[in-house]
Amino acid sequence: MREFKPDVLVVGGGPAGLSAAAEAAGAGADVLIAEGDLHLGGQLVKQSHKFFGSKDEFAGTRGFEIARILREEIAQYGDRVSTMLNTTVSGYYPDEKLVTAMIGEEEYVHISPQRIVLASGAQERLIPFPNNDLPGVYGAGAVQTLMNVYGVVPGKRVLMVGAGNIGLIVSYQLLQAGVEVAAILEAMPRIGGYWVHAAKVRRLGVPILLRHSIVRALGDSVVTGAMICELDEKFSPTGEAWKVDCDTICLAVGLTPSNELLWQAGCKMKYVPFLCGHVPFRDKNMRTSNADIWMAGDVCGIEEASAAMIEGRIAGMSAAASLGFKVSSDNFEQYQTRLGNLRAGEVGEKIRLGVSDVMVDGWEASA
Amino acid sequence: MDLINSHPVLDFSHGRKVSFSFDGRDMEGFEGEPIAVALHANGVRVYRNTPEMKRPRGFFCAIGKCSSCFMVVDGVPNVRTCVTPLVRGMKVETQNGRGTVSLLEGEVS
Repeated sequence: MREFKPDVLVVGGGPAGLSAAAEAAGAGADVLIAEGDLHLGGQLVKQSHKFFGSKDEFAGTRGFEIARILREEIAQYGDRVSTMLNTTVSGYYPDEKLVTAMIGEEEYVHISPQRIVLASGAQERLIPFPNNDLPGVYGAGAVQTLMNVYGVVPGKRVLMVGAGNIGLIVSYQLLQAGVEVAAILEAMPRIGGYWVHAAKVRRLGVPILLRHSIVRALGDSVVTGAMICELDEKFSPTGEAWKVDCDTICLAVGLTPSNELLWQAGCKMKYVPFLCGHVPFRDKNMRTSNADIWMAGDVCGIEEASAAMIEGRIAGMSAAASLGFKVSSDNFEQYQTRLGNLRAGEVGEKIRLGVSDVMVDGWEASA
Repeated sequence: MDLINSHPVLDFSHGRKVSFSFDGRDMEGFEGEPIAVALHANGVRVYRNTPEMKRPRGFFCAIGKCSSCFMVVDGVPNVRTCVTPLVRGMKVETQNGRGTVSLLEGEVS
């Protein structure tokens, strides 16, 4: 069995993990990135739209281009950053500080890192309705993977469930790929995503049905349609349901942190609705209650890639500093300021409240 | 294959086109891309049937987390086809139930 002993193990090669790897390697640490997918970049590789936010965080640049920039950044550190793709980190054994992982479906390896940055991201939520397991009911991320990463047509006519940013953006991307979008359903009485995204799909003639939801998927072995209906103030179906013809039902109903390893490591956790699930307590360095583990990105609360990248920078830098590598305190302050700026204003309010719920001043030094 | 021909933003670069089989039928896909993606491009939607309810399952999360796309690949069951790269000549089969591991059977006998 192969064994690896990096200074810093980064779990997850998305925006947070790549940023953490870049900082830790930049400070001089040997870094190993374990990534579950077949390529680095995480969700960035599927994002064909230009980012909003701050110029420091690549506003105006398309997501897949940001992934390329980050890959180039870590490439400049040469052998100091190694990458294992198609690798699932499956376990953490606190007593031995041992991490277990599977490369592909067959090879089992041990990793004994000095420090860990968990940047394992998020997974999609599912909503309950009859036949929601039929082939043709896909997560929005899966639809993006098919069409934006591999250029495969996901279906002919798609019903989108959810009018948050992901539902709106993926609807627009479906239209770009030449796929018809039957409608976008939203259970809430208002559109959750940015108006600019909603306006784009409305201009192209896609109806956004507020206070509507899916009742059931239709079909025997694959999706052939969906029954949908209006909802009342208590989100109960009202009136008669009607049929929408579609071969694909795309669920864009939110994400939840992929926090399994944090639980295994015994990190102190709390359920924070504003962060969309159970998330770890953290100090401003992104260190968890386990002195060897840092975290960054969606695993510590669902936010946007821009914030994930800064959290990754902070975590990577702090993890390297704890091993005695020299880091610049100016950079650290700058990242904190940038993170604060991203979360400023009305749009950042829920994140600010959520983060303040799990932020600690510092961890007591463990023996 | 059911591929996007023209796109206003993205250019798709694929690897080498290779042949593989699905339930005995010859298909083509791109080497190194996920098996599940190649099947989808060939119009395959049902990847397995569940052990108890016998429900059809297919593509779902595409990040190796949900177990919906488990299939039998070169005789090995429960392969996460959405994150397993396609290799020329692969024998991909619909998985019925939990599948059996031939290696274990061999050791027992």
